[in-house]
Amino acid sequence: MTATSAPPVPATVRRDRPNWTGWAFVAPFMAVFALVLVAPVIYAIYLSLFREQLIGGTSFVGLANYAEALADPKFWDAFGRVLLFLVVQVPIMLGIALVAALAIDSGRLRLAAFFRISVFLPYAVPAVVATLMWGFMYGTRFGLVGNINDFLGLDLPAPLSANWVLASIGNIVTWEFVGYNMLIFYAALRVIPTDLYEAAALDGAGAFRIVRHIKIPAIRGAIVIAAIFSVIGSFQLFNEPNILKPLAPNAISTYYTPNMYAYNLSFAGQQFDYSAAVAIIMGLITVVIAYAVQLSGARKERTR
Amino acid sequence: MTETRAMTQPAKLAGRRPAALRSTERRSSTAPRRSILLTIVMGLLALYALLPLFWLVVNSTKTQQALLSSFGLWFSGDFALWDNIVQTLTYDDGAFVRWFGNTVLYVVLGAGGATLLATLAGYGLAKFDFPGRRAVFAVVLGAVAVPGTALAVPTFLMFSQMGLTNTPWAIILPSLISPFGLYLIWVYAIDAVPTELLEAARIDGAGEFRTFFTISAKLLAPGFVTVLLFTIVATWNNYFLPLIMLSDSTWYPLTVGLNAWNAQAFTAGGEAIFNLVITGSLLTIIPIIVAFLVLQRYWQSGLAAGSVKQ
Repeated sequence: MTATSAPPVPATVRRDRPNWTGWAFVAPFMAVFALVLVAPVIYAIYLSLFREQLIGGTSFVGLANYAEALADPKFWDAFGRVLLFLVVQVPIMLGIALVAALAIDSGRLRLAAFFRISVFLPYAVPAVVATLMWGFMYGTRFGLVGNINDFLGLDLPAPLSANWVLASIGNIVTWEFVGYNMLIFYAALRVIPTDLYEAAALDGAGAFRIVRHIKIPAIRGAIVIAAIFSVIGSFQLFNEPNILKPLAPNAISTYYTPNMYAYNLSFAGQQFDYSAAVAIIMGLITVVIAYAVQLSGARKERTR
Repeated sequence: MTETRAMTQPAKLAGRRPAALRSTERRSSTAPRRSILLTIVMGLLALYALLPLFWLVVNSTKTQQALLSSFGLWFSGDFALWDNIVQTLTYDDGAFVRWFGNTVLYVVLGAGGATLLATLAGYGLAKFDFPGRRAVFAVVLGAVAVPGTALAVPTFLMFSQMGLTNTPWAIILPSLISPFGLYLIWVYAIDAVPTELLEAARIDGAGEFRTFFTISAKLLAPGFVTVLLFTIVATWNNYFLPLIMLSDSTWYPLTVGLNAWNAQAFTAGGEAIFNLVITGSLLTIIPIIVAFLVLQRYWQSGLAAGSVKQ
């Protein structure tokens, strides 16, 4: 993810005089990139330094929007929620994905190809459809949970009640992405040289020792990448709670996640400047935490 | 460690066959015993993955009444699938068909354009040394770390000042950038296109673009298909961007349209059409799932290349 992971410049490239030909290939991408990514970032920073006053129009306020956001209990409420989500959901999802990838890679499965494709399939389902499906099933009145309660005489907790809705969202996100992460791990496992296992097996190493001492260290890079993407995904949580909101209006507030807060500030509250500040703070926190995950992954690598 | 892997693996990866093919040959010499326990555990995971899809198929065959009164995981009442499909396609003057057409437009221009731009740029980064090359790389990777949705509000405000909101361009333009695609093509091109071949073409006096389209494009085809598949999924499933960019349902893609149909039941006086939401959901995922199953050989090998090199 950092510049250091770049493949080296091919040795055969001519270095004698600057050659601008490469720009002809890169320029179209960079032009669109500047318009849809760089410009909005700059514009967001610009916006976040202003505030629309009731009297006197828009005026420059420096970092006042940031100070307000950092003291805003709604922001911290939302932030705490995605942090909790991150700490619980990401390890569960990546753990299941890792076990599944190791199981498929072990060669001890029947129907391995079927398992691989069926666990991955939910990734192709749009978040909207996934959330609508699970939302219907979560219903206690006429959904699947209600059916199960009627059938077995149980009284399962309502998945869309205030206490359970975050776990229910975690389940939807896990369902959507466990197969994708499994495939990343599986692809990394496939390229470990076979002779490593054979040598270890000859030395009498059992399957679990091979997993612990050869397979998992070998795919650490893939695990770190998957963890970083999951961290970013958790902090950006928006689609699932926003789509579930009509079904659980009392459990999901307008500031349920930082992204929902920024969205609602803009599109319901017209507080564009403040919303930009909230978005930038969240972006910075995400970058810092993603970077920390990468560093800790790299450090474990070295101590081995 | 990641750095060294990134440097040593590409050479070994050249000409690698898809993972699925290798699995059988690798195991033939030292086939381990089959584990029933492991198969059961994976069976449960597959059940978890497939159950909601089964639920969707079952419930798309029910009428609105049967939907609310019957057991969710089995067929009940009249078999209303065809009725539901016809109703889905004709409800609200064929809104679903229009949204389907919009989605196809966004996918063709957005995903197609994104794949083309990523291929050109990835190839340019892999095969040419030019002033500012490192800066391009740093900026693009930095952008991956910026949360996409954090940009949504400023992008919306900018586009609305440019008069682009409520037009297809508001969806297509941001879809044209795929940093993941750029990265994948870049690492793929390093060994897929031998530098000696390009040198030979240069000596023969062929222009760089001619070389690209006549020689390099063919060699890059598997990487191109992988990126195309992932950008298709991303644009087909796009929800947040169209949600904020479009206020008028004319240009809705399927995802936003379906959610609007679902939300309709919760508004005052709105008609509940859950059967249409469910049937529409089924019709929305069928094309993308078919594409994945048909092209699975490509994306599996493409992902293999990407994950190693990361």
